[in-house]
Parts: sequence; C-alpha cells; structure tokens
Amino acid sequence: MSMDRRGFLKLIGLSSIGIGAGWMIRKPGEFLEAGSVSDLPGALEAKQWGMVIDTSKFKTEADYKKVINACHKAHNVPAIENPNHEIKWIWTDDFAHTFSEAKHQYMTEGLKDKMVLLLCNHCKNPPCVRVCPTKATFKRKDGIVQQDMHRCIGCRFCMTACPYGARSFNYTNPRPYIKETNPEYPTRMIGVVEKCIFCEGRLARGLMPACVEASQGAMLFGDLSDTNSVVREALRRHYTLVRKPKLGTEPVVFYILDLGRDKGGGEYA
Amino acid sequence: MLEKALVGSRRYWLWIFFLIAIAGIGFIAYLQQYKYGLAITGLSRDVSWGLYIGQFTFLVGVAASAVMLVIPYYLHDYKKFGKIVILGEFLAVSAVIMCMLFIFVDMGQPMRIMNVMLYPNPSSVMFWDALVLGGYLGLNIIIGWATLHADKKGVKPASWVKPLIYLSIPWAISIHTVTAFLYAGLPDRHFWFSALTAASFLSSAFAGGPALLIILSMIVRRVSRFDPGIEAIQSIAKIVTYAMAANVFFIGLKLFTSLYSGIPGYGYSLAYLYTGLDGHNTLVPIMWTSSILAVVSLVLLIMPPLRRNEGILTLACVVLFISLWIDKGFGFIIGGFVPNPFGRITEYWPTFLETLITIGVWAIGFLILTVLYKIAISVREETANIKLEH
Repeated sequence: MSMDRRGFLKLIGLSSIGIGAGWMIRKPGEFLEAGSVSDLPGALEAKQWGMVIDTSKFKTEADYKKVINACHKAHNVPAIENPNHEIKWIWTDDFAHTFSEAKHQYMTEGLKDKMVLLLCNHCKNPPCVRVCPTKATFKRKDGIVQQDMHRCIGCRFCMTACPYGARSFNYTNPRPYIKETNPEYPTRMIGVVEKCIFCEGRLARGLMPACVEASQGAMLFGDLSDTNSVVREALRRHYTLVRKPKLGTEPVVFYILDLGRDKGGGEYA
Repeated sequence: MLEKALVGSRRYWLWIFFLIAIAGIGFIAYLQQYKYGLAITGLSRDVSWGLYIGQFTFLVGVAASAVMLVIPYYLHDYKKFGKIVILGEFLAVSAVIMCMLFIFVDMGQPMRIMNVMLYPNPSSVMFWDALVLGGYLGLNIIIGWATLHADKKGVKPASWVKPLIYLSIPWAISIHTVTAFLYAGLPDRHFWFSALTAASFLSSAFAGGPALLIILSMIVRRVSRFDPGIEAIQSIAKIVTYAMAANVFFIGLKLFTSLYSGIPGYGYSLAYLYTGLDGHNTLVPIMWTSSILAVVSLVLLIMPPLRRNEGILTLACVVLFISLWIDKGFGFIIGGFVPNPFGRITEYWPTFLETLITIGVWAIGFLILTVLYKIAISVREETANIKLEH
C-alpha cells in the first residue's frame, strides 16, 4: 500500500484523536469508587449511616455552640460574617422554619421558637447528586453524600436543587477567615461548593463524627440497616421527624421531638 | 466569505470598535471577578443564580426562535421568508454563543469547564443542556454558512444541508425544553415546579426572538440596501402576536393554579415579585413594568391597523422585548429563590461589576451578530437580482 504525504498526515491526525479519546474514556483509576475500599483496620463501617438528634437535650446556646464549633474547627470552615457569603456545615434555625409543614397558628411559643440543629440530610435519594453535571457530588455505598472539591466547577446547581439549604458556595477566598487551620483536613479554594460529609475521614479512623462526639449523647450515629444499632433503638423508642418527607428525598437525619406532655399542667378543662 | 466583514463604511467600523470597547470593559470587570470570586456579584447563599443565568435562559429562547422562520420556509414552502431566514439562523448563532459565555462567567471554577464532558453525568439536566446547545450552535453555523455560500454562487445548497435543516427544527425546541427542565424538576422550588414551565418558555421565546428579529430587520433596511421584505416582516409580526397571546395565557394559567389553590408555597414567590413579602419589595416595580409592557405590546400587535404601521410595529416589538427580558431574564430566576427553603427572604440585586460583565457579554454577542449580518447582507446585496434557489 502506498501512501502520499496528505494521507499519512490524515492517518497521524486521526490516530492521535483516537488515542486522546480513548485515554479520556478509560482514564486509569476512574472506575475506583470512593468509599469502596476500606483502608484502615478499625474503620467504622455501615450499610447505611444515619443520625438521630435528640432536640430535648439541647437546652442552652452553649449546647449548640460546642457542637457547631467542633465541626467547623475540624473541617476548617471559615467564619465569614456576611450572611450572603457564609459557609456553614452545621447550624441552627427555629422549629417553625425548619419543620414548616408541622407549623400552625396556635403552636406553643416554646416549640415554635425551639432551636434545631441543621446539617446535610445525606438523603437516600439526593437531588444534589442527581443534578451535578460532573459527578463532583456523589453517593457512597455507605450512604454518605460526598463531594470532590477538585472536580466541582462551581455551577451551584446543587445549591438550587437542595431543598434543605445545606450547601454553601465559596463566594470568596475562605482561607483568610479560618482562625486556626486544622492540618488534618484540607482548606478549600474559591469557587467550589461544600457541605457536611458525615466525617467520613474520622469514620475511616474509627472515630465518631466530630459533632456526635462533642454532643455528649445528644446526637446518635450508627447503621440504619442494623436493627440493633443505637440509631434504630432511638427511632423505636421516640417520636421522630425528618425534614420535608413529602419530597421523597428520604433524609437519614432524624429528630427526636420532646412532645412536652408534662408541661401543660394536668387535665384538659 | 469572511472577507466581507473586513470591508465596510466608517459607520460600520465605528460600531465595531464601540462594541469592542464595551466588551473590553466587561472583560476587565470579569478579571476582577476571576480574582476575587463571585463575591463581587449580588449573589448569595440563598439566591445562588442571578443575572447571568437569567440572561442565559432568556437567550436560549432567542436562539430557539429561529425555528419560527425555518418551519414556514422549509416545511411550508413559504417563499417570502427566503431572504430573512438567514438572519434568524445567524441570530441563533450569536445567541447560543452568548448563552455559553453567560454560563462561563457564572462558574466558580471556569477553568474546569471541560469536566462537564470529561466526567459526564447523564442524570444531570445541565449535562444535556451543554450537549444540545453545542449541537444547535454547530447546526446553525453549518446550515447558515452552507446556504449563504450557495446563494453567493447562485446554486442550490448541497443535498446534505436539507436533512440538517429538518434536524434543526426539533433541536431548536429541545434546547429551550431542556433549559426549562433545569428548573422544572427541582423539589420544593414551587415557582419553577410546573409542567407548564417549558411550554411557557417556548411561547415567550417565540414572541421575544422574532420580535428582536423584526427590530434587527428594520435596522438592516436602514443601514444597507438589503430589504428582508415588508410582507416577511408582517408575517413575523403575526407569529409574534400569536406567541405573545399564548404566553400571556400561560401566565394566567399559572396564576390560577397558584392562587386559587391557596397553597402558601405557590403564592409566596408571586407575592414577593408582585406585591412584596414581609416588607421586601425590590422587584415589585420592575415586575409591574414588565406586566404593563406586556399588555401594551399585545394591544398594539393585535390591532391590524396598528401592526401594519411600521413605526408602531417596531415600538410594539421593543416594548414586548423589554417586557419578556425582565420577566424571564430576571424575575423568573429570582422568584424561584425567594423565599429560601426555610421560608426566609434574602433579596438580590446585581452589582455594578456584575452589570458591566453582563453588558460585556451582550456586546460580544452583538459583535458576532454584526459580523455575521455584514457577511449575509453583503452577499445578498451582490445577488439582489438573482432568485433564491433553496
């Protein structure tokens, strides 16, 4: 077969496109699923992680603060004053705004204004994962909704899709707003979205999530698929709520509600 | 044919350099955003999309509206659109490029834009949107160029162009439908969560896009010897009228379901946009401006004697375009974010730099449009006496 100069160049051009495309499609390591490998002995594992928050055990401002601080310190969450650019992984809002579907006009002030801890719900059916154009946010086999901040393009579609307001975007460079940098966890760059990750790094080292540890029993964490787990036990024994159940997102963060039967003072007239 | 864009009158070059200057200012503003992040915009944790994504959404509609010329001309053999159809195709090209630029300037990490194609997620509507927009851009460049080139030579376009033209028709519908799906499938965003969203997107696009084309045709007639034809413009005016009537009807349908049901979630966004909510009423004046202009344009368009008057027709088109631009390029996006998932209100208004960047992108779009129109017009001026073959 003879080939002229033009034909040869064509062949070279086509083959380099082919090699490039092949490399893109089958990039080494691409099919290694995060969370599918357990690296350390003693790592905590579960089929479906879940959390139960006992709202009755949070009484004073300090009870919330210590939990929030533990998380934000552990993950280098910047303290940005401007609420428009704020980053928060775990925070509070009142019952009436958090469980707006359960709210009614004559609800006791105590319940209406009761502060509730909020964080990513690690939904079983997460809208954020569905909408992410690059799979930068993804679901691990153990149920944790994780994200790769090196792949995130900062389109903020996940923020729009999350019905729980759980996601924060780095509108500004977060590093100057971190008082003490924790060397055990990376800081973030400008222009990416972040949120609670159920402390997957701590779980891998056999530790409970930072908030759970700091809460001293007010927050429980365990395997929802294990009927004997501490979370399933709590769900059996208490009246619990999840946020916006009608949306079908299936949150795995549950709230124990103290119905306050003993506070009304005896018989109904 | 590109060389035709390199020769022009003093006025042509003044306009070109004016657009380059505006684009340059926008670029300098963008460098600030690139350095300091989207913090320089009015966006927030609660309102995470704003003017940029609004412009993107609006311009997808402008791009899709080319189909309103393609269908009558290529499917119904409506010959009077023969000269003007190229203006529609080239308008689509510049609108899609603007869409892409608005997505780019909205990104937190723009240098990672290729991740959308390197790690595609087929369950993400945004992935599909990127795909259909890219395809639509390619189709319109190829079709526009091939037909114009054939005209220049006085021959029929190659036989492979026809299937592409037919393909471009459903493709145009798809770009705006997919764009509507970005919004219409999100849980708990009541203002967007409607099966009607895509339909009303298309109706407003088929009014706004052709209205812009009428305005552009009027300008083209003034600045060149190329006349797209009075009858063609009048036919487009009828298309604008029907589409706008459908659009206003769809708005009415949405209002009924939202308000008659009395479900608070469906009423809050509307209340915020049109009456203000809990003392927050930044958008109220512009939303009412949009509504009033919509009615005015519809009245001017529906009355045949008014519509036939070119001055009034142009005015009606300008009024209609502004109305739809406010409604879709701004109100629709912000309304979806207010109130936030907790029922609280964070307001949004674009900053000065954000506005400069937005104007800069429009200037780039108009620059591309000017160059493409210059080429098309020059070819048409040369072949003014030759009957079109396609």
